Amino acid sequence: MNQSFQFFPEAASRGAVEVDYLSFALLAICLFFTIGIFAAILVFGFRYWHTREVDRQFSPSRRMHWIVELTWSLGPLAILIALFIWGAVVYVRIHRPPDNPLEVNVVAKQWMWKIAHPNGRREINSLHVPTGRPVRLTMISEDVIHSFFVPAFRAKQDVLPGRYTTIWWEPTKPGRYRLFCAEYCGTSHSQMIGEIVVQSPEDYSQWAAAEPSQTLSERGQRHVKQLGCLKCHRAVAGTQTGPSLTGMYGSSIPLSDGTTIIADADYVRQSIIEPMKKVHDGFKPTMPSYAGQIESEALLEIVAYLRSLEDVQGD
Amino acid sequence: MFKVTDQKSYLNAEEGIGSWLLTTDHKRIAILYMVSLTFFFFIGGMAAVLFRLELFTPEGDLLSADSYNKLFSLHGIVMVWFFLIPSIPTVLGNFLVPLMIGARDLAFPRLNLFSWYLFMAGGLFTLTMIVVGGVDTGWTFYTPYSSTYANTFVILAATGIFISGFSSIVTGLNFMVTVHLFRAPGMHWFRLPMFVWTIYATSLIMVLATPVLAVTLLLVATERIFGVGIFDPAIGGDPLLFQHLFWFYSHPAVYIMILPGMGVISEIVPCFTRKRLYGYRFIAMATMAIAVLGFLVWGHHMFVSGQSMYAGLLFSFLSMLVAVPSAVKVFNWTATLYKGTIFLKTPMLYALGFIGLFTFGGLTGISLATLGFDMHVHDTYFVVAHFHYIMVGGMIMAYLGGLHFWWPKMTGRTYSEWWGRISALIVFGGFNMTFFPQFVLGYLGNPRRYHSYPDEFQVFHVMSSLGASILGVGYLLPLVYLLWSLKFGGRSSHNPWQAAGMEWDVPSPPPKHNFDLVPTVDWPAYDYAPAHKELTIGEGEPEPH
Repeated sequence: MNQSFQFFPEAASRGAVEVDYLSFALLAICLFFTIGIFAAILVFGFRYWHTREVDRQFSPSRRMHWIVELTWSLGPLAILIALFIWGAVVYVRIHRPPDNPLEVNVVAKQWMWKIAHPNGRREINSLHVPTGRPVRLTMISEDVIHSFFVPAFRAKQDVLPGRYTTIWWEPTKPGRYRLFCAEYCGTSHSQMIGEIVVQSPEDYSQWAAAEPSQTLSERGQRHVKQLGCLKCHRAVAGTQTGPSLTGMYGSSIPLSDGTTIIADADYVRQSIIEPMKKVHDGFKPTMPSYAGQIESEALLEIVAYLRSLEDVQGD
Repeated sequence: MFKVTDQKSYLNAEEGIGSWLLTTDHKRIAILYMVSLTFFFFIGGMAAVLFRLELFTPEGDLLSADSYNKLFSLHGIVMVWFFLIPSIPTVLGNFLVPLMIGARDLAFPRLNLFSWYLFMAGGLFTLTMIVVGGVDTGWTFYTPYSSTYANTFVILAATGIFISGFSSIVTGLNFMVTVHLFRAPGMHWFRLPMFVWTIYATSLIMVLATPVLAVTLLLVATERIFGVGIFDPAIGGDPLLFQHLFWFYSHPAVYIMILPGMGVISEIVPCFTRKRLYGYRFIAMATMAIAVLGFLVWGHHMFVSGQSMYAGLLFSFLSMLVAVPSAVKVFNWTATLYKGTIFLKTPMLYALGFIGLFTFGGLTGISLATLGFDMHVHDTYFVVAHFHYIMVGGMIMAYLGGLHFWWPKMTGRTYSEWWGRISALIVFGGFNMTFFPQFVLGYLGNPRRYHSYPDEFQVFHVMSSLGASILGVGYLLPLVYLLWSLKFGGRSSHNPWQAAGMEWDVPSPPPKHNFDLVPTVDWPAYDYAPAHKELTIGEGEPEPH
């Protein structure tokens, strides 16, 4: 972390540079019009000062008037649409899921960030990430709304209670960067801060392996067994009370109301907490709710386990 | 032109405090609002003084975190609902709309007084809330923090806003009916001063948007008191529902706060350029376009909230569209200067300051509407700086400009022009010093509403706090010399600025019933004759009779 005075924030991800280009363009537009208006005011102010003898005859034709008005309506409109498109391209990119990301879980609560890496290592108020690979956070809050903000990555995402949100970036520059909670969350909002440690892939692997433990999907598998999920969700066709969990994650699920839904993390979570909301077509709505029985971290571990079964062929 | 034989003005037509508290005269009600709003402005300002002092150092040392959180919440709530939203409509609007359209009062004079009482009742709840312990949710009351987790006086604060909201609705309704039905013969829509157009557009928003705020606050209270799950997912609610409802009101409310300011500027600029407002019809239509489009852009407050990507795209696009009518206005005001006869009196200084600061505020708003940029600066000081450029650099500059412009009309007195100019310059300088560094802070990543912050941000916070103290002086000065003018100021003629507009045809201060004879209008708005060489404006000249 750069502790000294700075005028421009460090950029440490591939997306950050993209945002900076956009920012420079916006700055140029802001300055161009602001300086233009100030200059016009000054020039007119001097030129048409009330004691000066200048030609003040002014009777523009109707046609001229329309041309002027249309120019300064449609000109800005064109600039605005261009800005919209540019901003949208950057925005859509961050909403497209990356290829083969490092999947990290984040649980936010007043006033800390609890983070779990795929190999099982956990940390609080700090996040270690490798360069050269997209890192995706799947985040949930246990109380109020928070927001995961890394200025060096130029992006933030609100963290909601009751629903997963995700954000991803591809870090490029090893170093230590600030992590802030950007959504006001109560007394110690300004203490809900931490650091992002960007490391080379080797350093990251070494760091992650330093505290050996079960991986997230192993833990998830343990929860699935302990909770008795497999009593109904067996993989053997024809004997199931509930749909098979193998290959389910990421697939398109037909629902009893005739619609379909992609089985993402949020769908998995909702199916466990509120099983009656979206029932898999062809199965009886008999599953009980597990609300209040599974901790936020454990639920994310179950998601990690099901994700690990994503590409496994069901039999 | 419409001289009144009766020498008594609205100020001395009746005597005693009771005659003020029970008045139905729109001009006296304007004064009641002016006094109450000045009080609330200084309460909100004091809160800002305290938290800017805290932010002088990175550590949270002067105030506790809870006190800091309560102070910025108080600042926001008081400034938004008890100053900015009512400011120009209830003070200048109440005073001027009937005079400008040739009416003797608003359509519902008793309702007008009632809305002041509603406003004061709401204010009383808010003051009670402050005294008993405050609220720490920010002015935005985001759920589930406000509905479940906050341990402060959310219900009291919400009740105050709820009640004052009805004051807004009633005032808006009153203006709309008045503009529709009480225009003098011949005063058709395109002869109205632009100020009346903007008050009309503002009223439309007040009437249509404020009920949504009332419902939203009621829902927060229902969840908080009865535990009914509406916004808190722990009991089956949806936290984003609150943001949709809140911004469905609060984004249009931003236009409630700026449109009347644009109206004031549209009056001042023609007077001090001795020229018709350039592009009158375009500005009028732009005003209505802003009022309508303003209802369709609330989702730009939620680009990183977890709303769908497609909603983000749509709201970004619509937000870009709303910038067009604003740009049209800025260009037309600037074009009004072209080939004008320019005088730089105090009101004009404020008006030119408004144009510059509003332009920069608007452009940074466009930046925020740009999706990829907002992801970085959302919820940082960049946003704070942006809306202060609009609200303070725009609206408060316009309010002060309007106050200086119509002060001679309202009070019959003239103030010190020298002090007026000095304080306008101090406000302009102090304002920029306070809020410009916050753009940099925002881009560096300092989130808003932070009690303590990393050391590397301190330079900018120190600049901002120093600027705020200059700005404070700029606000205190007018309080002093304007009050001074009431007793020691010169007598103003009925039209010290040689301005067009019917409010300048009646004596200063106007008589209680405004016009002896309701005029028949057969002239356009801003009927400024080409300035002759000997024209002087702003010098107190003796009353002609």
